[in-house]
Amino acid sequence: MYRPVLAVAALASAASLAACTGATAADNGTTEPETTAITVFTHDAFTLPDELTAQFTADTGYEVTYTTPGDSGALVNQLILTKDSPLADVVVGIDNTFASRARDEGVLSPYVSPAADDVPDEFASADLTPFDYGDVCINADKVWFDAEGLEIPATLDDLTDPAYRDLLSVTNPASSSPGLAFLIATVGEKGDGYLDYWQELKDNGIKVSPSWTDAYYTDFSGAGGEGPRPLVLSYATSPAFTVADGESSTVALLDTCFRQVEYAGVVAGTEHEEAARAYIDFLLSADVQAATPENLYMFPVVPGTPVPEDWASFAMLPDNPIDVEQDVIGEQRDEWIRAWTDAMS
Amino acid sequence: MDRRHELSGAGRAAAWALAAAVPAAFLVVFFAWPAATLVARGFHDDTGWTLDGFRSVFTSRRTWQAVGFTLWSSATATVLCLLLGVPGAALLFRRTFPGRAQLRAAVTIPFVLPTVVVGVAFGSLLQPGGLLGGLGLDGTPVAILAAMVFFNYSVVVRTVGTFWARLDPRLADAAATLGHSPVRVFLTVTLPALAPALVSAGSLVFLFSASSYGIVMVLGESRFRTIETEIWFLTTQLLDLPGAAALSITQLVIVTILLWWGGRAQGNLTRALKLQPDVLAARPFRASHDWPLAAVTGAVVVGLLGLPLADLVWRALHPGGEFSLGNFTLLATDTSLGTGLWAALRTSLVTATAATGLAVTLGVLVALVASRRPRRRRARHALATLEAMFLLPLGVSAVTVGFGYLITLNRPPLDLRSSIVLIPIAQAVVALPLVVRTLLPTLRAVDPRQLEAAATLGSSPFAVLRRVELPHLGRGLGLAVGFAFATSLGEFGATSFLARPDNPTLPVLIFRAFGRPGADNYGMALAASVVLAGLAGIAMALAERVRPREVATW
Repeated sequence: MYRPVLAVAALASAASLAACTGATAADNGTTEPETTAITVFTHDAFTLPDELTAQFTADTGYEVTYTTPGDSGALVNQLILTKDSPLADVVVGIDNTFASRARDEGVLSPYVSPAADDVPDEFASADLTPFDYGDVCINADKVWFDAEGLEIPATLDDLTDPAYRDLLSVTNPASSSPGLAFLIATVGEKGDGYLDYWQELKDNGIKVSPSWTDAYYTDFSGAGGEGPRPLVLSYATSPAFTVADGESSTVALLDTCFRQVEYAGVVAGTEHEEAARAYIDFLLSADVQAATPENLYMFPVVPGTPVPEDWASFAMLPDNPIDVEQDVIGEQRDEWIRAWTDAMS
Repeated sequence: MDRRHELSGAGRAAAWALAAAVPAAFLVVFFAWPAATLVARGFHDDTGWTLDGFRSVFTSRRTWQAVGFTLWSSATATVLCLLLGVPGAALLFRRTFPGRAQLRAAVTIPFVLPTVVVGVAFGSLLQPGGLLGGLGLDGTPVAILAAMVFFNYSVVVRTVGTFWARLDPRLADAAATLGHSPVRVFLTVTLPALAPALVSAGSLVFLFSASSYGIVMVLGESRFRTIETEIWFLTTQLLDLPGAAALSITQLVIVTILLWWGGRAQGNLTRALKLQPDVLAARPFRASHDWPLAAVTGAVVVGLLGLPLADLVWRALHPGGEFSLGNFTLLATDTSLGTGLWAALRTSLVTATAATGLAVTLGVLVALVASRRPRRRRARHALATLEAMFLLPLGVSAVTVGFGYLITLNRPPLDLRSSIVLIPIAQAVVALPLVVRTLLPTLRAVDPRQLEAAATLGSSPFAVLRRVELPHLGRGLGLAVGFAFATSLGEFGATSFLARPDNPTLPVLIFRAFGRPGADNYGMALAASVVLAGLAGIAMALAERVRPREVATW
């Protein structure tokens, strides 16, 4: 019966291996000067160049491990679920559509970095530190509209015009963070009539894809995938990535935007409060802020941070994005998503 | 029977029990306990136990829509897969022709592609203006079914084919000699003999289809929902644990009924069959006789499997509309995604190898134990339950298990939540059912007379195991290893949830690149998808070759 025995042996050795590594870590703690290692919990779109994180470790002595459990919503919900035994010390990338939920559930230890003093008031929060922002807007393929001789729509109301039938692709608010932002934009603009507005969009042939990738690359005519639809839900910065010969082939419709602000916070119950705060300060340092556009595709929050050339020319910033109070979003978000899902299927 | 024999009999039973206990413990710790804990939390609020989740979920119209669509789409996909897969199995495992091994490997590629890749490949074919846009399938249930068949076709071809290849052809030959038409021979002789493999493949396809999240989301354009998409929505977005728990229980009940039925059917249908090495059973392809097989299989392989893959390769090779290898050279040199291609490849291969080792070791144990033929009824029932238990991970939502990990594996000595070790473990949980299902039909079909003869001739039970059963098992092992490796390689759900950004696997890298704007990122994602598809094809082709020495049968 050597096979079972072998398997038992293999498993036992795996277990003892695990035990050994555990023991080594503990030994190191007692024999060497302790290095604090912190875990940063973030969404799957967050990446910083390795050199920057290495610089942080060199400057502070704190080791950093990143964990990515999913999108912004999954991030907050996992924090709530693991409140009793926190997964991480720092959470990075909670946006303004989920911030109030994290706050209400008590998963945050309030901290606003002193480096955030210069940040404009519109981004400020009482217990979180903003580090980047950007606008979710409908994008249009200029080339397509030129060829068809059709005027590019401008407002949410234009999108229900039969002239633009079957031209728009958006993402599902139940599975995509820009989708949720756009749903909130329609609530902000239409109030209680938002479902009627969505019914009109549906009647006008709107396509709902599950993620930004599907909408932007498969449905949209103006990006690499060369899909059939010239209007897509994306970001105000997206036109900076479709530049050829000094001109962008796409444009963001600035009257359809909702502003996303991303925050970093200290996770309640962490044993490394100091290190967690240091990491948040680091996110507002000049180097990280300058790296935001090219790595996170968002604008830095610290005024005066230089942005890449293409961004200065083509990434757009609406003057008056559609605004909805964070507390209202916190109270009603789930209800909006449920109602939307029922209405659209 | 003297005393010594009785004692060794008890010792044998204990050894088998131990062999079953190891994989069972693995399954309990890394699957049952996390999932049950999360579900239990849905029934227990701050004040006490409650069944509110059931009330709110089952009074909602959307729940019934989801249940109905899940059953309908999975059942239809299963029937389609079987109808299309059986001719494929006949052609690829009962006929010999040049390029057969390559074709066998190629049909498995879709099985390992992450849904984000399939979404891009399928979506761009079906949408207006796409190659198949004229069919008007975009956003219809037909598109969902097509993708489910795309994914699961190879499950049927391989599960049924491996079994069929070793079916004694003399019975069918005899019937044919007696003047029966090929169709009649197939329906009355071959098909009943294949039944165990058909049930086995069918239940796998049903489980995969019923628990597919990505396909329904991408190709259903949010118009359709299944139990699985509802559980994802309630858990990850709303954290409505009572509602999610009620749905998880529903999912579990459906899966249990299916497995119970499948197990019973399989038990009734399995006859001890004389199995042959497949070299004897396969004969050369003759166009005059085999053209229907070739026509059906050709249509599936070219139209359903080939087009989306070809579309993917074409797009990867035509950045900006002109042929170029630019996407691939960029992929090989770029590090802007946090990790280069090579590091991701290494991570993928290492974790897939570890997961395969784990899944195959445990799977062999389970298959050996579950294929015992005890005389006592109760023991037989216990074995049937054990076998069904190991299929459950395919029928329970990945998000339930994943979120379950967070609230169970959270304290020493099992604080594995952010440990890299959890990735191969989670992948092994997913691959294990496939390994068991691949090995079991072969072991079950060993002629009992062969075992009895060996025993009568004085072989110890251990020698019977070693000389008769293990060689049979070995023949299914190549396929089991291939499936396990390919599954782990393409696994995205659990991996994306556990992977650390500084250590992504290839599917995670693809997902990351597809999530970014800019022609370069899109191109790299396409190129990386082609690399993953190629890797899966190579893995399956190698698994075909890794076969033990031919074993003489009698």
